[in-house]
Amino acid sequence: MKEKLEKIRQEAIKRISESKDLDALNEIRVAYLGKKGELTEVLKGMRDVAAEDRPKVGQMVNDARAAIEEKMEAAKEEFTRRLTEQRLAAETIDVTLPASKKDMGHPHPNTVALEELQRIFIGMGYEVVEGPEVELDYYNFEALNIPANHPAKDEQDTFYINKEIVLRTQTSPVQVRVMEKQKPPIRIIAPGRVYRSDEVDATHSPCFHQIEGLVIDKGITMADLKGTLALFAKEMFGADTKVKFRPHHFPFTEPSAEMDVTCFKCGGKGCRFCKGEGWIEILGCGMVHPKVLRMSGIDPDVYSGFAFGIGLERIALLKYEIDDMRLLYENDERFLKQF
Amino acid sequence: MNTPLSWIKAFVPDLDCTAQQYMDAMTLSGSKVEGYRAFDKNLDKIVIGQILSIAPHPDADKLIVCQVNVGKETVQIVTGAHNVSEGDKVPVVLDGGRVAGGHDGGPLPDDGIKIKKGKLRGVESFGMMCAIEELGSTKEFYPEAPEDGIYIFPEDAEVGADAIDALGMRDVDFEYEITSNRVDCFSIIGIAREAAATFGCDFILKKPAVTGDGDDIANHFSVEIEAPDLCRRFTARMIRNVKIGPSPKWMQRRLAACGIRPINNLVDITNYVMKEYGQPMHAYDMRTIAGNKIIVRRANDGDEFITLDGQTRKLDHDMLMICDAEKEIGIAGIMGGQNSMIIEDVDTVLFEAACFDGTNVRLSSKRLGMRTDASSVFEKGIDPAGVAEAINRACELVEELGCGEVVGGIIDEHGELPVPKEIPFRPDWINRFIGTDISEADMVRYLEKIELKVDLAASKVIVPTWRQDLEQEADIAEEVARFYGYDNIPTTLPRGEATAGKLSFKLRIEELARKVAQFAGFDQAMTYSFDSPKTFDRLQIPADDPVRKAVEISNPLGEDFSIMRTLPLGGILTSLALNYNHRNIDVKLYELAHIYLPAQVPVTELPDERVQFVLGFYGEGNFFSLKGVVEEFFTQAGLKKKPAYIADAALPFFHPGRKAEIEYDGRKIGYMGELHPTVAESYDIGERAYIAVIDMPVVTELASFDIKYRGVAKYPAVTRDISVMMLKEVTAAQIEGAIEKCGGKLLESYELFDVYEGAQILTGHKSMAYSITFRAKDHTLEDAEVNRIMEKLFKTLSGMGIELRS
Repeated sequence: MKEKLEKIRQEAIKRISESKDLDALNEIRVAYLGKKGELTEVLKGMRDVAAEDRPKVGQMVNDARAAIEEKMEAAKEEFTRRLTEQRLAAETIDVTLPASKKDMGHPHPNTVALEELQRIFIGMGYEVVEGPEVELDYYNFEALNIPANHPAKDEQDTFYINKEIVLRTQTSPVQVRVMEKQKPPIRIIAPGRVYRSDEVDATHSPCFHQIEGLVIDKGITMADLKGTLALFAKEMFGADTKVKFRPHHFPFTEPSAEMDVTCFKCGGKGCRFCKGEGWIEILGCGMVHPKVLRMSGIDPDVYSGFAFGIGLERIALLKYEIDDMRLLYENDERFLKQF
Repeated sequence: MNTPLSWIKAFVPDLDCTAQQYMDAMTLSGSKVEGYRAFDKNLDKIVIGQILSIAPHPDADKLIVCQVNVGKETVQIVTGAHNVSEGDKVPVVLDGGRVAGGHDGGPLPDDGIKIKKGKLRGVESFGMMCAIEELGSTKEFYPEAPEDGIYIFPEDAEVGADAIDALGMRDVDFEYEITSNRVDCFSIIGIAREAAATFGCDFILKKPAVTGDGDDIANHFSVEIEAPDLCRRFTARMIRNVKIGPSPKWMQRRLAACGIRPINNLVDITNYVMKEYGQPMHAYDMRTIAGNKIIVRRANDGDEFITLDGQTRKLDHDMLMICDAEKEIGIAGIMGGQNSMIIEDVDTVLFEAACFDGTNVRLSSKRLGMRTDASSVFEKGIDPAGVAEAINRACELVEELGCGEVVGGIIDEHGELPVPKEIPFRPDWINRFIGTDISEADMVRYLEKIELKVDLAASKVIVPTWRQDLEQEADIAEEVARFYGYDNIPTTLPRGEATAGKLSFKLRIEELARKVAQFAGFDQAMTYSFDSPKTFDRLQIPADDPVRKAVEISNPLGEDFSIMRTLPLGGILTSLALNYNHRNIDVKLYELAHIYLPAQVPVTELPDERVQFVLGFYGEGNFFSLKGVVEEFFTQAGLKKKPAYIADAALPFFHPGRKAEIEYDGRKIGYMGELHPTVAESYDIGERAYIAVIDMPVVTELASFDIKYRGVAKYPAVTRDISVMMLKEVTAAQIEGAIEKCGGKLLESYELFDVYEGAQILTGHKSMAYSITFRAKDHTLEDAEVNRIMEKLFKTLSGMGIELRS
C-alpha cells in the first residue's frame, strides 16, 4: 500500500513538473485528486484495509495528497506569473506616440488680460460692474465736466445716435452711474466697450475696450492713488516694475496724471519696444473732480476719491507683443489659439 | 507746440541744463516734452574761414583751389562751388569734422557725414566749405543763403569763430504735448514761465515799451463790435511810413528754429508775437479799409468771401467777420481777405490783436473746412486780458526794427474783462488731499514761481487771468503737487471700511459660459458691435421683421458700420468665413456679443443691451453636438429642467429642417440650427455650419449656484428597455413626454439608445429604443410596480399611434 501511494505521489509530481500550462495541470488534478482520481480510488479501497491500519493509511493518503497539492499550487502560481509576464510583455506600448488630446478652446487675448487685471483688483476689494455702451450724452460728457461745445465732443471723435444719445467714448460714465446709486465706500472697476470715430488700421479701431476704476471714501488721497496703481503695475507686469506719474489733464479729475511703467521688455534700459525711452504709457488717472462728485450727489467736502482708465487692447498688444490691432477682431483661429 | 531753447532762455537767462534734463524735468512738472531736435547734431569742427586766394585746379575745369584762413592757420580746400570769391567768409568743416547732410538737401543720414582730408584730382584738400543744406537746414529758413552754393557770412563775421554758433544753430527745439486746459502754454512765454518754475530760476518778462509818434490813432480810426458775444476784445494800432524788408537775423533765426519761414519784417513780427505771446495778429493795408473804420459783426447767410489764399468761401450767420465801412475784409480769427492783403508798396498798416470766442472759431473753421495757425490758437480760448500786451509788443518790435513809425495810442474795444480769481488756500487740506506733508512756505514758493499770489492773511490764492484753468482748491492742489513732484508723493493704500471684491452675478454667468464653451473646444472671438443693414438681407430676414429696427449712428464710418447690431450673427459668420477662407479646418468660435434693441425707432431712449452667447462652428460636429454644449451650459448655470426645442420657429437663416427655438420653462432662451445653405454661400462658408445663440439675460435671471444634496440612492434600480415604431414625424420629445408622464415619481432616468430608419421597417417610419430606469427612495421596487407603469406607458404610446416592437 505504502509503495503504491509513493508511486502515485511520485508519478503525479513528475507529471506536474512536466506539465506545460494550466490546462495540463487541471488534467493532472482530475487524474489524481478528482472523484475518480487515483488517490481517491485508494481512499475508496480503505474498506479492505484492516481497521487498525486505517488511520495510518489515511494519514499516508493525506500526506500524498498534500504533497501533490502543494506541488500543484506552486506550479499554478508559476504558470500564472508567466502568463501575466507574457501578457504584459505583449501589451508594451510606444509611450512616445502622440497624445490623444481633448482640445480646449482658448480665451480672447483681451479676456486673458482682463481676467488678470480683474483678479488683481478683486483681490483689493473692488467689485466688477458695467454700464451701457449706448449712453446718454449727459453721462458721457456733461456729468464728467465736459460741457457742451467742448472739443472732446467733436463729431470727429464721437459717434452720435442723436443729440442726447452717443456711443460712449470712454468707460468713465460708469463712474457717475455708480456714484448716483451707491453710497461710499465705493471700490469698483468697470470694463467695457467704448467707441471712437477712428478708421480701422494697425493701431486704431472704432470699437475697443477700457477698464474704469473708481474709489470713493472719506480721506482718500493722491498717495492712495499712487500706491494702488503701483501695486497693480507690479502684479500685472512683474515685481520689478517701476511706475512714473506725469501731470496730465482730464476734465473729470484734478489733479490728473498719466502713469508710465518701466518697459517690460528691457526693464527700463531703453529698447526698440519702448522706442528707447525705457518707459511705456499705460493709463490715465487722477483725483475725482469735485464738480463730478457734486453732480453725482456726493459731497466733496466729506468724500474724496480717485479714478483711472486703462485701455485693454493697449495692455494686450503690449503684453503679448501683438503688432496689429486688426488681429484682435478678425478671429483667425491660428491667432486665437495662441492665448 | 514747440519752442527753441534759446527763446526760452530769453526769459529764463539762468536756465542751465542739457536737452535731456530739460525734457525729463519739464515732463514731470506737467509740460510733456515729446522729443527734441538739436540743430547742431552731427556738426563738428566747423569754423568761419576767409578765402584768401582762389586758383584754378590744374587738372579739372570745374574745380578751384582755395587758400582759406580758418583762424589759427591757413588751409587748402578744393571745391566745385562757383559762388565764392576771394575775401568771402564761409563755413569750413575741418579735417576730421562732420556735417549733417549732402549739398542736395536730401534726407539727413543718422550719423551725418564725416569729412577727411584727401586729394581731389591730385590736389590735396584739408576740409570742405559748406552749403546751408550740408548744415542740415534749407534756404527757406536762411533766405540769405545762395540758391546753389556755399553759404557766405556777412563781412563782420569773426574768422576762426564757431560757424554753427554764428548761424544760431547751437540750439535745441523741443516738441510738447500741451493739454487743452493750458491755453497759456501755447506760447513761448507760457512755457518759459513753467521752465523757470521747474528749474527754480527767475522768470524775466519786460512790459513792452512803445514810444509812438505823439499822434493818437483815435483821431484817425475807430472800431465797433456789433457781436460782443463772439468778440470779447478788439485792439488796433497803426504804423505809418512802413518800410518792408527782411527782418534781422536774430528774428529770422528764432522763427526758423520754430519751423516758421522768415518772409519780411512785418509778417515776421506778427508771427513772432503769435509765437511769443500766443496771440494771433493780423495786419491790414490801410488803403484797403474803407471809411477808416472796422466793424466786427456776423456774416450774412449765403455771403461769399475770397480769403487771402484766393479761395471763395461760403459764409453763414454764425461766422464772425471783420468789416470796414463798406465790405467784409476778414473772417475773424481764421483768415484775412484777399481784398485787404498787404502788398510791397504799403505805406500805412493797421495791426489787429483780438480775442474771439474759441468755440465759435472752432465751429466756423470746421464748417469752412479751413484750420489755420490763427484759428487753432483761438479755438483753445485765449485770455482777453493779454491782448493789448501782445499788440504793444508788436509795435515795440516795429520801432526796434525800424520798419515804420508807430502812431500813438491804441484802440481797445472790449466788454467786461476777466479779473484775477481768488481761490481759498488751505495748506492742511491740500496735504490731506494729496497725502503729503508739505510746509506752507514750500507751497507758497511753488505757487509764486508761476505768478500765483498767495494772501496768507486771507488764506487765498490770487490767480492771474491767463490761468483760466484754475478754478478751485483741487486745481491749486495740482499746482502744488506738480512742483513738489508727483514722484515725491508717498505711495499708500486706501484704508477705511473693507469692501467685498467680486464679479457681478451677470459676469459670473458670462464667465461660466466662457468656461463651458472653451471646454467644448470653442475659441473666443470678438467682433464689432456695428453692423450693416445689408446683413438682414444676407440672413434672409423678412422686410417687415421687427429685428430690422436698429439703433442708427448719425455719423457712421460707412454703411458697414452704420447700425448697432440687433442680431449677433454677422460678426461670427464673417469670422467663420475668414477662417474658412484661410483654410483652417474644424473651426469653433464663440462670442459674448452685445445686441442693442431699441424700444422704437428713431431712438428716443437707451436701447436694451443684451449679451448673447453665440456658438458657431463648421467641420467636426453636428446639430446634436452643439445642443450638448448648450445643455451643458444650462446645467452648469443651475438650469436643471429639460429645455424644449421648437422646430417650427421662423429663423429664416437656418436650414428649414434643422433649426429650433429653445425654450426653458416656457420662456424663450435662445435658438440654434444649421446655417441655411444660401446664407452660408453668401458668407462664402463652403461647409455645413452650425450656430447657437443663447439670450444671456434670461439665463442670468434663472441661474442659480445654490446646491442641495439629495442623498445617494439606497435601494436598487430596475431598468426596462422598450423599442417602439412610429411615423417619422413623431418626435423624441413626444415619446419622452409620455415616459415622463407615466413614469411618475418612480422614474429615475431614461436614455435613447437606438434610432433606426431604413429597409428593416416600414417606409415613412422609424424605430426608437429607450432604456428606462426606475427607483424608489424608500424600498426595493417590485416587478409588479414597474409592470404597472410600463403597461400604462404602452397604452399611452399606442394611443399616440406608436407601436411597441418588443
